[in-house]
Amino acid sequence: MEKKYWKGVEELKNDAEFVRLKNNEFYEHLPVDEVLGKKAESADSTSRRDFLKFMGFGMAAASLAACEAPVRKAIPYVIKPEEITPGVPNYYASTFSDGHDYSAILIKTREGRPIKIDGNEQSAISKGATSARIQASVLSLYDDARYKGPSIKGETAGWANIDSNIKAKLAEISNAGGQIRILTSTLLSPSTHALINEVATALPGTKHVTYDAVSFSGMRMANQKSFGKADIPTYDLSKARMITSLNCDFLSAWLSPVEHARQYAENRKLFGKKEMSRHYQFESNLSLTGSNADHRTRVRPSQMGAVAVSLYNKIASMAGVQEATKVITPFDDALSAAAKDLWNARGQAVVLCGNNDANMQEVVNAINTLLGAYENIINLDQPSNMRQCIDGQVEELMSEMAGGKINALIIYGANPVYSWPNKSAVEAAIKKVPLVITTSDRPDETSAMAEYVCPSHNFLESWDDAEPVKGHFSLAQPVIKPLFSTRQMQDSLIKWAGLAHEDYYTYLQNRWMSNMYGMQSEVTSAQAFWNSALQNGVFNTGNTERQAIQYNGDINSAASALNGVKSTGVDIVLYEKAGIGNGNQANNPWLQELPDPISRVCWDNYIAMAPSMATSLGLVQGNVVELTANGVTVKGPVLIQPGVAENTVAIAIGYGRTAAGKAAEGLGFNAYPFATYSNGTVHMESLGGSITKTTDDDYLLAATQTHHTMMGRAIVKETNLDAYLKDPKAGNPDVMIETYQGKKLATEVDLWASPKNPGFDKPNHFWGMSIDLNSCTGCGSCVIACQVENNVPVVGKKEIDIAREMHWIRIDRYYTSDMNEEKAKEEGLGKMGMLLEMEKPSDSPEVVFQPVMCQHCNHAPCETVCPVAATTHSSEGLNMMAYNRCVGTRYCANNCPYKVRRFNWWKYSDNDQFDYNMNSDLGKMVLNPDVVVRSRGVMEKCTMCVQRIQYGKLEAKKAGRRPGDGEINTACAQSCPTNAIIFGDYNNSESKLSQLQKDERKYHLLEELNVQPSIYYHTKVRNKIPSSGNA
Amino acid sequence: MHYESELREPLILGDKTYHQITEDICRPIEGKANKWWWIAFTIASAALLWWIISVSYTVGTGLGVWGLNKTVGWAWDITNFVWWVGIGHAGTLISAILLLFRQKWRLSINRSAEAMTIFAVICAASFIVSHMGRPWVAYWPLPLPNQFGSLWVNFNSPLVWDVFAISTYFSVSLVFWYSGLIPDFAAVRDRAKTKASKFWYTILSFGWTGTAKNWQRFEELSLVLAGLSTPLVLSVHSVVSMDFATSVIPGWHTTIFPPYFVAGAIFSGFAMVQTLLIITRKVLNMEDYITIYHIDMMNRIILLTGSIVGVAYLTEFFIAWYSGVEYEQYAFINRATGPYWWAYWSMMTCNVITPQLFWSSKLRTSVFATFIISIFVNIGMWFERFVIIVTSLHRDYVPSSWAMYHPTWVEVGIFIGSLGLFFVPFLLFTRFFPVIAMSELKTIVKSSSSQAKKKGADNHGH
Repeated sequence: MEKKYWKGVEELKNDAEFVRLKNNEFYEHLPVDEVLGKKAESADSTSRRDFLKFMGFGMAAASLAACEAPVRKAIPYVIKPEEITPGVPNYYASTFSDGHDYSAILIKTREGRPIKIDGNEQSAISKGATSARIQASVLSLYDDARYKGPSIKGETAGWANIDSNIKAKLAEISNAGGQIRILTSTLLSPSTHALINEVATALPGTKHVTYDAVSFSGMRMANQKSFGKADIPTYDLSKARMITSLNCDFLSAWLSPVEHARQYAENRKLFGKKEMSRHYQFESNLSLTGSNADHRTRVRPSQMGAVAVSLYNKIASMAGVQEATKVITPFDDALSAAAKDLWNARGQAVVLCGNNDANMQEVVNAINTLLGAYENIINLDQPSNMRQCIDGQVEELMSEMAGGKINALIIYGANPVYSWPNKSAVEAAIKKVPLVITTSDRPDETSAMAEYVCPSHNFLESWDDAEPVKGHFSLAQPVIKPLFSTRQMQDSLIKWAGLAHEDYYTYLQNRWMSNMYGMQSEVTSAQAFWNSALQNGVFNTGNTERQAIQYNGDINSAASALNGVKSTGVDIVLYEKAGIGNGNQANNPWLQELPDPISRVCWDNYIAMAPSMATSLGLVQGNVVELTANGVTVKGPVLIQPGVAENTVAIAIGYGRTAAGKAAEGLGFNAYPFATYSNGTVHMESLGGSITKTTDDDYLLAATQTHHTMMGRAIVKETNLDAYLKDPKAGNPDVMIETYQGKKLATEVDLWASPKNPGFDKPNHFWGMSIDLNSCTGCGSCVIACQVENNVPVVGKKEIDIAREMHWIRIDRYYTSDMNEEKAKEEGLGKMGMLLEMEKPSDSPEVVFQPVMCQHCNHAPCETVCPVAATTHSSEGLNMMAYNRCVGTRYCANNCPYKVRRFNWWKYSDNDQFDYNMNSDLGKMVLNPDVVVRSRGVMEKCTMCVQRIQYGKLEAKKAGRRPGDGEINTACAQSCPTNAIIFGDYNNSESKLSQLQKDERKYHLLEELNVQPSIYYHTKVRNKIPSSGNA
Repeated sequence: MHYESELREPLILGDKTYHQITEDICRPIEGKANKWWWIAFTIASAALLWWIISVSYTVGTGLGVWGLNKTVGWAWDITNFVWWVGIGHAGTLISAILLLFRQKWRLSINRSAEAMTIFAVICAASFIVSHMGRPWVAYWPLPLPNQFGSLWVNFNSPLVWDVFAISTYFSVSLVFWYSGLIPDFAAVRDRAKTKASKFWYTILSFGWTGTAKNWQRFEELSLVLAGLSTPLVLSVHSVVSMDFATSVIPGWHTTIFPPYFVAGAIFSGFAMVQTLLIITRKVLNMEDYITIYHIDMMNRIILLTGSIVGVAYLTEFFIAWYSGVEYEQYAFINRATGPYWWAYWSMMTCNVITPQLFWSSKLRTSVFATFIISIFVNIGMWFERFVIIVTSLHRDYVPSSWAMYHPTWVEVGIFIGSLGLFFVPFLLFTRFFPVIAMSELKTIVKSSSSQAKKKGADNHGH
């Protein structure tokens, strides 16, 4: 029997009284009644001693209360809402659709505040993927620049007053036979379209015009001519083995980049596969897509048409079809190779074209018809509803307005004053409209001209639906009460047109419970259908059958029109940045500070030109030049951008906003005026311009990366497919260290631990991440997702310039250099000469991307040097930071070979110097309450989303099981559209992480240091044509 | 009594008597300060004020006011720290090692050199505190019992070793310096004419009466402290060098650092002693005590340690090449040819080339040349630390994070200001404390002064 110790004589004796009392919570008698009961209150029971005690306590309490302490108001719920439990997040399925991007999303709310947007995995379109812009859009809700309520001519007004005013005016106009126009950006919502039709019926003379800053009407026109359908098809790149892209940035900007990136990556991943797609890119600017291509050719915008025609001719000759007019381009070799590959892979090959030019799209349609791309890859029968703008209709509206034929203009989301090529013409035209109403949710250049401002809700406060692709529906629901006195545009229309609907929510619900409910047969009650659709956020009617297509276009006239393009001057090509896009979210500081994936510059646009062009013009980075084309002159700074075509400059749109809010204003310049309207479409280019250097002081361009090449180091390991097939370890040889016992693996040379004793035990979990460099496209979604999740501050341009960005994850971008060891030997260059040459990127380099965050080293150099043990290792393999222990010596950051540690140089919250979201109560609502806002003077870095790990572990514990693989996910891995980042547990042999580490492409960054990171990478493999490969 | 050949240079000139020595050395304390002292004190006070402003601004606003960044986490701050600690080393070497080796020429210079050590270490410590992100918790790296929970310092961290090294160094140096001052304070006390100075020097002299027992204890204590200080001369800068040597950064991770840093420290320390004493002997009319011979001796040490440092620089390059490690090789190529080449070549010129001029005995015994070269060495040794810290950090392993560092006026202000933090106490020291250890100096009057030499020569003449 076990020995027993007794605590007292009572226990030893174990008498009855003791046994009775033992079961009480408090063993001894508590004098509750004596102190707090009736007796205590009566005066005669208060002794002198008690009086002194109370006095003493009272004095102490009074003096303590007199000490000034900051008052923080936290108001508890008087009545707890049913669905809100403090500390527990709620997720709502919804839809992001701002006229430019679409994604089905899940919104995470905490205590009624939306704080994070994740992808909705049930969507067949976006499949759980999001982009940086969608991730960042949650901050736009808490933007102080939004309209706070309705106003007339700048004077705050009441909704009732405004409604009666507008209703009367619209009725008057309509009755008098006047013209009303509703000008919106692309509306994916079928219900809103239906509602606008009802408005048009109720108010005769009303028409709906769609305006997109980046339009696809050239493609719609071409498809009308070629196939009789003015539609934009959907693309399934996962079926494409051979992709050739002409100026098409389908991974970052074109049509539906999130969807395309995921499809594209499917054929780029090599796990358990022996083949991957090949990707040719012909482009003028170095785009994200071009950076990922296997073969990239620089083509001036003025040559692009000829390239398309030449490609057609080469494929036509192989197909035995009549060629179009003969054309010779300088890119014959590249085009022949592409044509050959495309033709050999016909049925699984596609050509994509990003030009908004009907002729080019027609030629590309002809090529795709020859290649059989319409059988598998391109689907015209299930068209996309994105980019509904027809440029001709916009042009017509402009001339109608200018002619004084339009009596009322209702604007929603469209901003032609900013983004139409001819700004002054738009301004003059709108001034001629007697009644201008804006229902946009935030000020912009066009809304600024409106007499009536009737702001709509933010999308997170609104009911809506969307049909991005025919037959694919999704719902949007409000996740927070409107912050300001705003009203949804649709509700305003119902009021103004005097429609009989109660409100848009009822209208929407009724439509879904009748129309959409009728499209399915699984759910048998309309209410149940609505509930499930709302819960899932998406609803599909299934795919439509494809019909055989017949190309009816006139290839010869299209080809001769394209061949006629000539340019002698400087060509200008406009492009969208991954963060800023078309500029509609320009006031979002997260997006402004997201480094451009290619140039790594934040907070600006610039005139990008190739190094050779800058040299010949005598320009260096930051020089201010005047760029003139088609009568437009703009001043801007020069950025040296390897990979831009000769005699061509590239400029990002979306900058130079003048009425968008404090974060956006004063940044860069507006490049839209360089767009040109001709042949019924807006072309994002100007040909034949000129550049002159000004005497202005150099302009500061702030970049997060100022060194561009890998200096011959094995940082991003890379190989080509043919080499990889021969040897899976190609490009990834074992890292060996010379020792006195001969060569040894770097991991075997260790000062402290023997191979038998690998260091710390990780008995329970051992978290880690894997990053596949083959599927990372460099889009930057993870950077923003991490910033949102972990309350990473925005630091502004000035701080970026002195290398103080705070991002916990960065995507390093390296260009290849013309110099390598063999070449140095040939040229007889010494080591120093070689290294100096290696610093210079090629004029047209290959590009690699590498996401780098804290590598969570298991022999961490940072942990040993901290004097106060503020950074330590967890038993689950995490490298942890105790912010409130940190004294700020920065030794850990110095000793980090990956340079991933970030120091709080300033107080980034509540500081007017950093007037971004953390400086206002409104902006601070976006902060994640699970992650502390760091104070000044402490170090921070990636935690591998430890708060998510803790949450997942607790949930699993409550359910009495271990967390399954994929149940816990980091923000970066979750947001990655291509699933390049995988999070998991090494101790779970079934986890993807454990499986992927067996792949022979696996390597640790800087393995020779043997710091034993928990993060590993997979070698990048390109699929270049073998003979030209390994160059 | 110790006999010394008259062929050896006399250590005290001007046929001084015991009384004259006392008079000469007490004169600055008892008399009024001259114009030059006041000018120097005004400039130093202005610099100190600038230091106070710059440090307050940094602590109040945040380290953002400096030019550091994500890649270069240390620059002027730790450069200055190492520079000041290094300067302190000459004082300890003079008072400890030269004592053990019975080098009598140390007696004229050890007092000022030790004072320099104390003030230099204070300056160095000020940089440890001001470079912290949260200086108000600067005591956390001390292993203090606390109620924060089970918090303890990280004994693996070289910064904790620094804490021990610097605090030990400071306390031993302070005790050594002060114990040496006691007999001199007593002398000043006994000559004091005003009540106030009598009062203060009575307290400072700890009741010294000059008995044989007093002197016996004094000598014993000196010997013990010299024994304690001697390893410190080698250990303190070795520990400081381990801040770098134990790291993984190419250019820091070097086993040569401890001896190389110690040599560099003595090198820079003697240069600073030269700078200070050449001015002091002039301003306080101490040419008879701090003679050309002293200057010559110190220049020889500068020549020796400067050559050791030069060899160390070359060894680093050789090892970088020999190791075959590309990161290491790049770090050194980048030092000499990268964006901070000017810092590297300033260091090479000042530290390796200029001290070689001391092979010429003419320059070695020239006060002017010594002064100029000592300034060069001070500058060169500052650049050495800058080169090690900044050029190694700014381009390490991953080229994407390579960055440039530019100082701000605040960092420059704190450095210039720290010269004020040094010179204000040093100038006060010259006014209130005997700048030469007169009691000890008197022990060599009979053997090494000019009149002793003459007497010896006369005796031999017959």
